[in-house]
Amino acid sequence: MNHTQLLFQPAGDKAIIAELGNTIDPETNRQVHSLVQAIDRMEIYGILDLVPSYGSLLINFDPMRISIDKLKSRIVELNNGPINNETSVKRVVHLPVFYGGNHGPDIKFVAEHACLTVEEVINLHSSIDYFIYMMGFAPGFPYLGELPKNLATPRLQTPRTHIPAGSVGIAESQTGVYPTTSPGGWQVIGRTPLKLFDVRRKYPALLLAGDFVRFIPMTGKQEYERIRKLADKNDYEIIVDTRI
Amino acid sequence: MVPLLKIIEPGILTTVQDRGRYGYQRIGVPVSGAADEYALRAANLLVGNNDNAACLEITVSGPTIRFTANTHISITGANLSPTIDGKPTNQWRSILVQKDSVLSFSDMKDGVRSYLGIAGGIDVPLVMGSRSTYIKSNIGGLGGRPIGKGDILSVKLTEDTVYVERRLPHGYDNPEYGKDHEIRIVIGPHTRAFADESVATLLGSLYTVSGDSDRTGYKLEGPPILHTVGPDVLSDGNPLGAIQIPGDGLPRILLADRGTTGGYTKIATVISVDVGKVAQALPGQTVSFKAVTIEEATELLLEEEQILAAISTGEQIIGGLDDRITVTVDGKAFEVTSENGEPISKSNTGSGRTKSKIYNTQATVNGSTYDFQVDINRRR
Repeated sequence: MNHTQLLFQPAGDKAIIAELGNTIDPETNRQVHSLVQAIDRMEIYGILDLVPSYGSLLINFDPMRISIDKLKSRIVELNNGPINNETSVKRVVHLPVFYGGNHGPDIKFVAEHACLTVEEVINLHSSIDYFIYMMGFAPGFPYLGELPKNLATPRLQTPRTHIPAGSVGIAESQTGVYPTTSPGGWQVIGRTPLKLFDVRRKYPALLLAGDFVRFIPMTGKQEYERIRKLADKNDYEIIVDTRI
Repeated sequence: MVPLLKIIEPGILTTVQDRGRYGYQRIGVPVSGAADEYALRAANLLVGNNDNAACLEITVSGPTIRFTANTHISITGANLSPTIDGKPTNQWRSILVQKDSVLSFSDMKDGVRSYLGIAGGIDVPLVMGSRSTYIKSNIGGLGGRPIGKGDILSVKLTEDTVYVERRLPHGYDNPEYGKDHEIRIVIGPHTRAFADESVATLLGSLYTVSGDSDRTGYKLEGPPILHTVGPDVLSDGNPLGAIQIPGDGLPRILLADRGTTGGYTKIATVISVDVGKVAQALPGQTVSFKAVTIEEATELLLEEEQILAAISTGEQIIGGLDDRITVTVDGKAFEVTSENGEPISKSNTGSGRTKSKIYNTQATVNGSTYDFQVDINRRR
């Protein structure tokens, strides 16, 4: 499968980290997610959970059901196994965003900082498919890459105490969406009315690692309200582009 | 009749918990579950439940609860002075409560978090496979929140629910948590990020539990830990018990509600049997660290699993033949027995988590009997 060498790092007696790389790059990350899929398929008795990240995989296990040595050899076997060709479908999830106005109070600052117009910022931010490297920090929160370089903007000097759920922001070279209302220091440039995480849904998280996100600028406040009402009732149908 | 728990007073922070929510960390959902998992599992096994049934986790100042039908309960973890109808009640054993009995708590005598187990387990819906509460995102338990005044909780009774009388295995006392906590750790995963003396600082210093401590993690105050490059690493998974060292150099021990991933360096991981000890510590108490190997940590986990298994079966835990304690005199080994002739082995030395036990015993050699005291110092 991945013929990258796997390095195990200790994580106590009920977990272990399988490290495939220590940089942020799509190829290393794809190998992490391939390993996750391979482990899921095997249904190894004693594995409790998997936590994939940029370049590594944390494995929670029960040593009463599988020994750490047996676990390590199973993981190495799977990592060295035949290459899986199924994962060449690219899923791009469309996230409708209302840029600027009350929903994007920092967009003017981002534009000035980049020596661009607000319209140029919107076009640039919404022009690419952002790869979702991993989820973490909060339920449904995606770690996206890579923000177009001109849009990189430092965090707010003074973080806000209250950033509404669905807010789309920029912090240095990262961009992302806040799944829930929380304090934060990101430059807020817009907002999506979709709920990134909802326990009522069969699959609570809207986004998954390995997918891509495309921000779709909305035409106006009416469209925002229309979609928000559907999303709140869990009636909005997400648009997903699948490309081979 | 299904017993109901009527919440007369909720206590400061009482939540429904089980062993935690697994399978969803990859979408950023924390495991949650009991902060002291061993105490929760014991609470369940003592009333005949599966060890993953839902219990109430009670913090510092406990609730006042009326039971609307006869039922069996158990109270484990911290000693928060539980009483039933005003009378002090036993912990770490199953207790029969009568219809309309009232359970309440008062002084915090030892430890911080107590667990109320009830035959059948607390009945709340499964959310993503678990009944644990994750308050920050309003997930699970009773509506995603702590229990409140006037709430009514029901219990999952089925025809299979059995009322049992159980206690800790013979020779095991109620755990005591104390005020000074020696926490065993496994060094890693980010050993490269720390200066050589950093591990020595961690192992050689006395830390104090800060008030900034909760189910997410415990912050410690004391000698700062130095980094080689800086406190940031590529975000990776957070194991339970991970000891993060952020920019200020002060250790933070991650517990049940920890974020699934983190970008701060992690110097070590608390071993699984000691995570509960951290969760039973109170701000102002001390923490010191001791390094152990993964093998030693797994051995300790096995001992703990044996105690839990013995609760269910009611069996005594006795050691194997080579587990016996012997005294060697002039090259000859004599087996040590207690006053009533019971052989003393390393595993029934009589303490669950207490530190030592003195046995008055005799050894008879060639017709002469010698009296002496044996102080069995458990490894715990």
